[in-house]
Amino acid sequence: MHTITLREGADLDGFRQAVRRLAAARTAPDEVLWSVGAPSLFGDDAPPSEDGARVFLPQAVGRLIETVVCHSDPERYALLYRLVWRVLNGERALLDQHADPLVHLLERLDKAVRRDIHKMHAFLRFRALPGPDGEERYVAWFEPDHHIVEAVAPFFVERFESMAWTILTPKGSLHWDRRRLMSGPPAERPDAPAHDRLVDDRFAEGWQRYYESTFNPARVNPTAMRAEMPRKYWANMPETAAIPAMVRSAPARVQAMLEAEAAVPRRRMPEKAVAAMARQAPDSLADLNRLIQRSEPLVPGATQAVLGEGPEGAAIAIVGEQPGDQEDREGRPFVGPAGQLLTAALEEAGIDRGGLYLTNAVKHFKFTQRGKRRIHQSPTAGEVKHYRWWLMTELGFVRPRLVVALGATAALAMTGRPVAVLRERGPMAFDGWNGFVTVHPSYLLRLPGEEERRRAQAAFVADLRRAAALA
Amino acid sequence: MDDALIEKLGILADAAKYDASCASSGAKPRRGGKEGLGSTTGAGICHAYTPDGRCVSLLKILLTNHCLFDCMYCINRRSSNVRRARFTVEEVVELTLGFYKRNCIEGLFLSSGIIRSPDHTMEQMMLVARTLRRDHGFAGYIHLKTIPEASPWLIEQAGLWADRLSINLELPSDHSLKAFAPEKNGGTIKAVMGQVNERIVEAKEERRRFSPAGQSTQLIVGADDATDRSVLETSGTLYQRYGLRRVYYSAFSPIPEASSVLPVKPPPLQRESRLYQADWLLRYYGFTVEEIASGGEGGMLDLGIDPKLAWALKNRERFPVDVNRADREMLLRVPGLGARAVDKILSARRHTRLRMEDLGRLSSGLRRARPFLIAADYHPAGGLTDRLDLRQRLVTPSSQLSLF
Ligand code: SF4
Repeated sequence: MHTITLREGADLDGFRQAVRRLAAARTAPDEVLWSVGAPSLFGDDAPPSEDGARVFLPQAVGRLIETVVCHSDPERYALLYRLVWRVLNGERALLDQHADPLVHLLERLDKAVRRDIHKMHAFLRFRALPGPDGEERYVAWFEPDHHIVEAVAPFFVERFESMAWTILTPKGSLHWDRRRLMSGPPAERPDAPAHDRLVDDRFAEGWQRYYESTFNPARVNPTAMRAEMPRKYWANMPETAAIPAMVRSAPARVQAMLEAEAAVPRRRMPEKAVAAMARQAPDSLADLNRLIQRSEPLVPGATQAVLGEGPEGAAIAIVGEQPGDQEDREGRPFVGPAGQLLTAALEEAGIDRGGLYLTNAVKHFKFTQRGKRRIHQSPTAGEVKHYRWWLMTELGFVRPRLVVALGATAALAMTGRPVAVLRERGPMAFDGWNGFVTVHPSYLLRLPGEEERRRAQAAFVADLRRAAALA
Repeated sequence: MDDALIEKLGILADAAKYDASCASSGAKPRRGGKEGLGSTTGAGICHAYTPDGRCVSLLKILLTNHCLFDCMYCINRRSSNVRRARFTVEEVVELTLGFYKRNCIEGLFLSSGIIRSPDHTMEQMMLVARTLRRDHGFAGYIHLKTIPEASPWLIEQAGLWADRLSINLELPSDHSLKAFAPEKNGGTIKAVMGQVNERIVEAKEERRRFSPAGQSTQLIVGADDATDRSVLETSGTLYQRYGLRRVYYSAFSPIPEASSVLPVKPPPLQRESRLYQADWLLRYYGFTVEEIASGGEGGMLDLGIDPKLAWALKNRERFPVDVNRADREMLLRVPGLGARAVDKILSARRHTRLRMEDLGRLSSGLRRARPFLIAADYHPAGGLTDRLDLRQRLVTPSSQLSLF
């Protein structure tokens, strides 16, 4: 008979080492006595060998062991070793056999531990203590059924990384100082600050009020409550003090509601509500622009919104893709290289830029920062759609006779579908507008050959002339 | 937190409690890190339960219970005489952070009566979410109930910060909506649902963040004359056409200051839980609205037994089902067997022929499932499924609720 003594709590490492040695010596489960804490009365045999080789187990078995070692049942190691033994002796898929009595029993232990972990995540309450340096320290007292203190640590560290906190339990304690986690010895209830020492923590009071107010007396069902939140947890939760009174007064509160006569309505003015709805739409271009400026960019990047420019009532509205680097800095549309090219082409076509309304489908510069450079990113179809409401409302105020879409993004914004610009350039019906599609000047900038660029530029100028004739 | 704020909290939590949607699940895992606060784990955690058996997962409050509208079923309607209160954006932020740090909540569920205009209201709600996320690095869950009459640009702005948007339909049919909520418009509500759905789908494709936990809605049952069948039909359409994540059912509850147009007596709460069970069958068990409704009478579900059992009793010829042979679809239709039990059966029977004793370890609902099953060592005696009193034998007599 071999006796293995593991330390108190969830001794995963100790169990792992023991399994290695026992498996190496092919020791059957019946020949092992597991004891926790104090050495066994039968005396501690020397283990079969000092260092066993690693034991390979299916992942699911490893995961089950990790939780079950947390259980407070003293039998847990014996049961786990039985499982390991059977798995190593041919029953690799033992865990799939949910109807096997051993598997069934271990699944129950596993479930109990998981439930305990879940309840600790849920029912633990921090209280804020003013620290000496004026910073708050959060302290909690909790009584888990199983040895789960280490298992819950990652959850609390992740969630409350920016706070300093301490969790005290009879099974061990945790301390987090915003950088390091330290485990400590078991604690006792008086180690945690009592509720009444925290009169200054008004949040506990506010939370109680919230809890009472969120209860609907017409639906009282304490059985359902107790199934999910057994009484043993109540002592740790400030809000539960109010439960008996809430339950007791519920029937009377409902009765009072039912008996109360239907209230005589106060003066009603439906016009006011309807008018408020009508009024909220921006009623001028300036109003709309204020909205756009206040809004969050719907694309990443962007320091400011770039608004449209030009007279309301302009015969032609030109819609580009989105502001570029220079536009974003200056807050004005078409001032960068592509804008200068557009100005030149307009001049060549004999169109006065000052008489046009110039705007973009997307109101913000989308970019990624690479070192000092801000690299332009094309907006996605979804982002273009996000901006559509603004663009359409804007055009509604300008009321141009013709809308010229420069490039694919603008055409997408105006039609709601992808447009092959080079193939479909020319007049096109837009959603409610007379439209015209042509290339974006930045496309001209990107063309490689001198000759090619010259030809494309001439075609662009011809398009602008045609559009002007249509307006 | 001063007395006035606690007082407001009382009023604005009380006014929000009739909204059923409070779950915090479904968000992508996320963490606040060194500078921020909080995390979302994807599973949702209920931090407490109130004596009505419902869980507290989020701080569920209204920004204000003032309202320009006059929806009859609502305690905040313009013509009601309740006490009114209003939070500032900063106050909601303070409460959310304070309760979150004490581990009382998973996040915020914010709704509001309509003040000044739908846009103004929506903007305030959006500002709460934006302040929490941008100024405080808050990584907990945020659910905003949108004001459908607000402009699309605002609803889209809200979707950038929230984990979930919901748009309450409240009543299953357009005509009851018109009768009970004169300023609301079923068309607008569905248009917003469509718009939000489109944005959610796009954002997923483009890997952007936009209401990542989807959208949900709530239907009130028992305030109008809609049958369970028509309620479920509405839900079926919402799941299919607008890709809703969840439809919540809320049994019309007596409210203080009730309007005289409403029924005096609330519908049995059981109706609500039957609808939830039916909804579950709709989403996860492959039932159609038609099949579910056929289990009851006159378009109403059987209040005495759950809809799966009701269906089985009316389709006895399809039982008993052999647990060692039947396919997953049919096993899912056995009353008392849940999806998890079915999966365990499927995996266990690859190794052994299942006997009753094995099934007892695989499922906790065996008592109810028994008459509908065949196992290696068990065949229901004398065609138990034909016995006329089967229904009685399976229904546990409902007992009076104990009030402590
Ligand atoms: S709009 Fe909303 S808050 Fe206002 S009365 Fe209707 S349901 Fe109530």
